Amino acid sequence: MSVAVRVIPCLDVANGRVVKGVNFQNLRDAGDPVALARSYYEQGADELTFLDVTATIDNRSTTYDVVQATAEQVFIPLTVGGGVRSTEDVARLLGYGADKVGVNSAAIARPELVAEIADRFGAQVLVLSLDVKRAQMTASGFVVTTHGGRTETTLDALEWAARAIELGAGELLVNSIDADGTKQGFDTELITLMRSVSSVPVIASGGAGRVADFAPAITAGADAVLAASVFHSGEITIGEVKHELAAAGLEVRA
Amino acid sequence: MTGPSVVVLDYGTGNVHSAVKALEAAGARVELTADRARAESADGLVVPGVGAFSAVMESLRGVRGDEIIDRRLAGGRPVLGICVGMQVLFDHGVERGVDTTGLGEWPGEVDILEADILPHMGWNTVDAPAESVLFDGLHDERFYFVHSYAAQDWTLEVAPPFPAPRVTWAEHGSRFIAAVENGPLSATQFHPEKSGEAGIRLLKNWLGTLQRGQS
Repeated sequence: MSVAVRVIPCLDVANGRVVKGVNFQNLRDAGDPVALARSYYEQGADELTFLDVTATIDNRSTTYDVVQATAEQVFIPLTVGGGVRSTEDVARLLGYGADKVGVNSAAIARPELVAEIADRFGAQVLVLSLDVKRAQMTASGFVVTTHGGRTETTLDALEWAARAIELGAGELLVNSIDADGTKQGFDTELITLMRSVSSVPVIASGGAGRVADFAPAITAGADAVLAASVFHSGEITIGEVKHELAAAGLEVRA
Repeated sequence: MTGPSVVVLDYGTGNVHSAVKALEAAGARVELTADRARAESADGLVVPGVGAFSAVMESLRGVRGDEIIDRRLAGGRPVLGICVGMQVLFDHGVERGVDTTGLGEWPGEVDILEADILPHMGWNTVDAPAESVLFDGLHDERFYFVHSYAAQDWTLEVAPPFPAPRVTWAEHGSRFIAAVENGPLSATQFHPEKSGEAGIRLLKNWLGTLQRGQS
């Protein structure tokens, strides 16, 4: 027996509300992130991720309230990403009950931030989030992007991942911009390449459409799978994904 | 409320919010404090811990947590260490080449796991002895781990009249100690407060071992 594959629903939150299409029949208020988090907990989610997409810093306090209320009733690990720019931001989120913090563009702008966070709180709190796209310009054929894939950097995705791990990232959240929203399955080639340079756990994200899509992401090298809309729409349940993973011979938490 | 009183030792380590809420969900009256009198008189003391072994030891000594734990154990009063709060109970820990002296309640050292992927992050199975109280009713459950270091040998020799310690093992690359029940001193390498309903049940099992006092 070994550590189980993790299934992680991701909730985009703005101004204290879930912003991507949620269609849960059994929830009185499907836009309430705390109620949705609770529902995923009861369904057997192994972790939860909140992505704070609040446009202005002024409204970020609503996210802290959501994190706090969730941590009080959902007893699984909670990762919060979006707008994290300093060790103070990390301290605040941990103080409200987050277990891990996702860092993306701020680390690209200033890679030392990764080391600062890891030194102060330990590598295990730091999830490096990468929005990756296929591109000819880099050696690996994959480039790191920002602004949800609209802006390309000059960073080779594999080189950036390796550098961030050296600086202290404890986990990689690899989101394929090409696959994201297509519902055609995860980018398994990208996952395998990431696995080859990563000594830390890899979470695959982007492209989940059917229950059959998840096992290939794990066999390609991921330790965990993350999805948003397919869970929120009710098309697929956490339980169905785990059943399928188990049927493929992978270990899951019942 | 009538549940046992528990102090979660507040010495500036990571996210203790969840430990408080999970213990409440398990039925305890919980206080988050580093006040010595409160920490010594509570029915149970929980010592959480996140981050580097050396940083945790320094913060713990900063609130005289070492003395509080010793005093409680001298009186047979239960203490539960969680994650690095378990690791510091051993003689010493080696992290990134830094060797730090621990509380020395148990012999042995905490060292890096030999595994391809670290941290060991996620839900793993454990191998608990049949007579375990903490894992009563939980032998088929998984618990949430997040760590790169662990105690990997149990060398404490215990002879009657002391009861034999109950040691629970887990595996990630190599075998390591996942939990210990040793008289009034218990500890888990995983996070029961992050292990869903199984974790709440484990905390309930621990609360069941507490002697209810007048505090």
